[in-house]
Order: sequence, then C-alpha cells, then structure tokens
Amino acid sequence: MNRGEKGFGIVVTFCTTFLFWLILSGFFDAFHLIMGGICSAIVTFISHGLLVKGKGKKMLPKSLRFLLYIPWELWQIVLANVDVAYRVLHPKMPIDPLIIEFETSLRGDFAFVTLANSITLTPGTITIFVEPEKGKFWVHALAKEHAQAHLVDKTMQRKVADVFMEW
Amino acid sequence: MISMFLVFGLLNVVTILLCLYRAVVGPGVFNRVAAVNVVGTKTVVLLVIMGFYFERPHFFDIPLLYAMLNFIGTLVFAKYLERGELCS
Amino acid sequence: MLLIHVVVAILLTAGMFFMFIGAIGLLRFPDFYTRLHATGKCDTLGEGLIIVGLIIYHLFHYPRTPLVAVKLLLLIIFIFIANPTAIHAIVKAAYRRGLKPWKWGEERR
Repeated sequence: MNRGEKGFGIVVTFCTTFLFWLILSGFFDAFHLIMGGICSAIVTFISHGLLVKGKGKKMLPKSLRFLLYIPWELWQIVLANVDVAYRVLHPKMPIDPLIIEFETSLRGDFAFVTLANSITLTPGTITIFVEPEKGKFWVHALAKEHAQAHLVDKTMQRKVADVFMEW
Repeated sequence: MISMFLVFGLLNVVTILLCLYRAVVGPGVFNRVAAVNVVGTKTVVLLVIMGFYFERPHFFDIPLLYAMLNFIGTLVFAKYLERGELCS
Repeated sequence: MLLIHVVVAILLTAGMFFMFIGAIGLLRFPDFYTRLHATGKCDTLGEGLIIVGLIIYHLFHYPRTPLVAVKLLLLIIFIFIANPTAIHAIVKAAYRRGLKPWKWGEERR
C-alpha cells in the first residue's frame, strides 16, 4: 500500500473510533472529548491496517446502493422466516435438505461478505464454503424451492452484483 | 406496561431452558457449541428486557459487550474445531 | 393503554414467537445442519423485532435521552452481522470435519 492509501486508512479508522466514543459515552465537554481523541489515536496507531485496505473506486455510489439494498433484504428475511416457521410447526416437517454449488460473477471481498451474509440470513440456505478465485459458493438448502431460488432465478446474486457493479 | 416486561422475561427463560436440552444431549461437539451460541443470543435479549424492567438506562452497555463476547467465543471454538490448533 | 403500548406489545409478541420457533426447531429437526437453519435465522429476526419494539418504547417514554436508542440500534446492527457469521463459521468447521448431511428417509441424529 502506498502512502495515499495508508493515509486514507488512518483517517477512516480514527473517525470511526471517535464516532463510536461520542455515541457510546454521551458526554460532550472538553475533558471527555480530549480523552476520546487520545484513545482513538492510540487505537488508530496500533491497528490502522486492519479494517480498511486501500481506497477502492467509486465508493460513494456503492454505499448509496447498499443502503437501498437493505430494505429489500429485510422484507425477504421476514417472508422467508414465516416459511421456516411453517415448516417447523407442521406435524410432518416437510424438509428435504441438499447441498448445491453455484458460481457467481463477484470478485471483491466486501461483495462476498454481503452475499454470504444475505444467503445465511434468508432462511432456507446456509453458506458452507466460498472459493474466492472463481466466486463459487457451496450452500446447504433446506428444501427444493429454496435451492431453486438460487440456482435458477438468481435474484439475490443479481441484486448484489448491481450494488457492487461487478457483473 | 412495565409488568408486561416481566412476563416476556419469563418466556425468554423458558426458551433458554428448552435450548439446554440440546446442549446436554446433542450427539457430538458441534450440536453443543451451536446450542451454547443460541443460549448466548437469548441471554442478550433477556438482559435488554430486564434493563427496561428495572428502569436503568445505563445498563445497556452490558448486553452490547456480551453479544461481542458470545460472537468471539463461537468463532474461537469453530477455528479450533476446524484446524485442531488455535495459532499456527 | 395508549396506541404506542399496543404497537410495542405486538412487536414484542411477534419477536417472542420467533424465539420460540427457534427453540422448538432446535429440538425437533433431525440433523445438525437443519437445526442451525431454524435457530440461526429465527433467533436473529426475533431479537431484531424485540429490540425495535423496545426502542420505540424508550423513545416514547424518555424523549430526553435519544443516545440510548442509538446504542440499541448499534446492538441490532451488530447482531445482524455477527450471528450469520458465527453460524457460517461453525457450519464450515463441521463440513471440513466430515459431518455428513441428512437425507430424507434416514434416522435422526
């Protein structure tokens, strides 16, 4: 990482930790602000390379699209949780588990994390394994309909690829 | 309204006791680790409800901290069970 | 009972219902992977609903301290990120160690 990217990492880490200090403490007088600044500076000095790796391109439209993606996903979570509740309470328990594998066109780290978390949060599927070179996902599905939604329809993969612009 | 929080807290304790059956019986170590993670998540909810029942607004640092500890504990268990050692 | 109290009671009941579904799923399902389906997700959603209800209650009764509501919102965001990650980590460890998934027609484990 060259110096520009390192500076970006330091600034972002310091601002994030100072923001958390302000939110979680609630005191806004000079003594506490200076204590917060010193603590944030120590934490940033030790660990500025951990969270932010480089600058990345086009961060602002990606962040805005990510904020627009969240309500759709929350609605999917509620719908699919009602489906799992039906399967748990039914006296015959209609489940038919299987493991499927599919390839996506995503390559970045944050895109993998978002898709894996979304797959694990929507009931019916759990991410087992991710291979970063080709974008392969191994997923354990609870019933055939949930597997179809990821193999045939591919709505979630298209939405995440739209957010991160990695078709 | 406040007394309704006590009822919800007791319901939460009932769900925690239901999960303990899987922690005791579950064949193998993976079932038990999953059950302990679930009990930790339900404990966080119980702490938040009890913070509202006893009317202490400064209490909510403790559930936040325990959620983080529970997460890190489960991750450490999973890493040890996968590789057989923690630091390599 | 005001309207806000009714809304909070509905949210708390819905959240508690999903927590019960999570606990019952942990007991009823026949295999390790399917049990994690039930608990990991229903637990997270139930917890989100309960804490949202409590945020509404707090904003209504104590409007002078909004920072507590922000702290609880941070708790919700952390749980929505951390719970699926922990579930994924333990499922990956089980798969690597060779735990076979259950197919329809086998016996319970």
